Amino acid sequence: MIDQDFTDSILVKFSSVTKRHHEDCLTLDCASFSVKDVLLHLRDEETFDLLVDLTAIDHGEHADSRFSVVVHLYSRIHHDYLRVHSICENNEQPSFPSVSDLYPAANWHEREAFDMFGIRFNDHPNLKRILMWDDYPYYPLRKDFPLAGIETPLPADDVAEVTQASVDPAPMMGGPFVSGTGDNMSEAEPRAKDESWTEDTEKPVL
Amino acid sequence: MSTETIEVNVGDAVSRGADATAKAESGKMALNVGPSHPTTHGVLRLMMDLDGDVITRCEPVLGYLHRGDEKIAENMTYNQFVPYTDRLDYLSPLANNVAYAIAVEKLTGLELPERCEAIRVLVCELARVSSHLLGMGVFGMDAGAWTPFMYTFTEREKLYTLFEELTGARFTTSYTRIGGVARDIPDGWLDRVSHFCDNLPKAIDEVEKLLTRNRIFIDRTEGIGQVSQEDAIAYGFTGPNLRASGVDLDLRKDKPYSGYEKYDFDVPIGTRGDCYDRYLVRIEEVRQSLRIIKQVISDFPSGLWYAEDAKKIFAPPKEKILTSMEELIQNFMIVTEGPQIPAGEVYFEAENPKGALGFYIVSKGGGVPYRLKIRAPSFCNLSILEKMVPGHMLSDITVILGSLDFVMGECDR
Repeated sequence: MIDQDFTDSILVKFSSVTKRHHEDCLTLDCASFSVKDVLLHLRDEETFDLLVDLTAIDHGEHADSRFSVVVHLYSRIHHDYLRVHSICENNEQPSFPSVSDLYPAANWHEREAFDMFGIRFNDHPNLKRILMWDDYPYYPLRKDFPLAGIETPLPADDVAEVTQASVDPAPMMGGPFVSGTGDNMSEAEPRAKDESWTEDTEKPVL
Repeated sequence: MSTETIEVNVGDAVSRGADATAKAESGKMALNVGPSHPTTHGVLRLMMDLDGDVITRCEPVLGYLHRGDEKIAENMTYNQFVPYTDRLDYLSPLANNVAYAIAVEKLTGLELPERCEAIRVLVCELARVSSHLLGMGVFGMDAGAWTPFMYTFTEREKLYTLFEELTGARFTTSYTRIGGVARDIPDGWLDRVSHFCDNLPKAIDEVEKLLTRNRIFIDRTEGIGQVSQEDAIAYGFTGPNLRASGVDLDLRKDKPYSGYEKYDFDVPIGTRGDCYDRYLVRIEEVRQSLRIIKQVISDFPSGLWYAEDAKKIFAPPKEKILTSMEELIQNFMIVTEGPQIPAGEVYFEAENPKGALGFYIVSKGGGVPYRLKIRAPSFCNLSILEKMVPGHMLSDITVILGSLDFVMGECDR
């Protein structure tokens, strides 16, 4: 059972851990230097042997501590989840201890967090991008990254050389799926421009 | 007639044999499979080193179907994201819809009427049947058996006709809303579902006759892609793959949601965790799903299919919007600003056909999530490939990938 005694035993054992208000499952705040010890304890002593999820949150450019890592564990004995919040040191070049040696499942989750937020996981066996391509210069899930994306060179140099193409931002206005502003239909929805008639030119009589 | 004897130096047989072995040993081959290859069921790419026919290294490369769903979710209201959940595991969109809706509702503390929960359980199990039917059929095809696919696909087609009647779409259903489902079940639909469920076991039996005791199929799958119980847990396996390795974890039993505790069903568990076990577990899960569906239908609750008291979350019925001022305003606010969800954080996992689909939502209040993380079962189930595949023959790759039953739409998000 995850009750007050359970929580207290962890809080007593680790001075770097505090409890935080939660709605669904027990949520702990943990300093990043002790996160490995805490997870090891939870895994071996408290049966939280399933790491179901590891992710990061960007609290915004101007936050005091910008990035935090969130780990969700599951115990098949307690039938419940446990959430561990931990703040990354250094807002400019965030880093965090890798837990992939404790939980191999964390390997890909950490690579994803590195890919999307730029958090370096120290001692990770293979820390490289997982969803974006290797040379991609930005971290897309950071709050200062625009929804449309940023123009970047094509990942394939040879193709880029021949086609002069690049990876372009998605159209936020007037694209094939987005209606723009305009006085009439054909300006608002460019698809209509393919028609041989608009509001200005009359429909041809066949 | 004179005979001529020519002496030809062919060398020592023993040394020739040793030469060939040395060549084979040094001649490792790098093989790239995918991203677009029938084996990979989507756009997974595998970079492998081969020593003869034996794989010595396997590195999965992902991201070819990455669409940035989590970034998109941060920029739209909760209900607008429902169609995006269709496109995660696109073989069971209904189950994804339900998982997402329950996650957001957990954040609001909303209580749903019984009828809504029953509808959700029903569509989840139908989605599981449809996903497993395809998964099994394709798995047979990966192992060289074409015919079972025809049986399972025919049945899945009937199921899609039922989905179409319920949701208006065969594939991308977008059926749930925050606080309910899009519409009530049509007249006579339950009878048609019952009829389907009565006939499905016959088709499953046909498939079993073709595969389960088929010598060739067993030879190709038994003992292949074995995952031990410890590895399955350490690498974050979930769903049928985890249970095939002998771990008794089904979130429908462990942490029941949407009223699953009311229904009686068994959780099939494998013993060896090989490809054959994963197939057997899926077959049995389909039968168990049919049991659940029958129980839901036999005691189908009456009432509303949405939470009526969720004034700031669920849009009112159409006829009231057109006739009443209050409902018109309510509808306008929900459409323009999104359902008003209180601040907080929530993690919810649903037992989907592919495994546990989790949504971690951080809300700062209002109609848009601050952060939405999708924990995709296919993503976690694939991370073991690097460890599991080396030592297998190249021809086993198709069977291993088929038995893991992943969907790249969900893996790459």
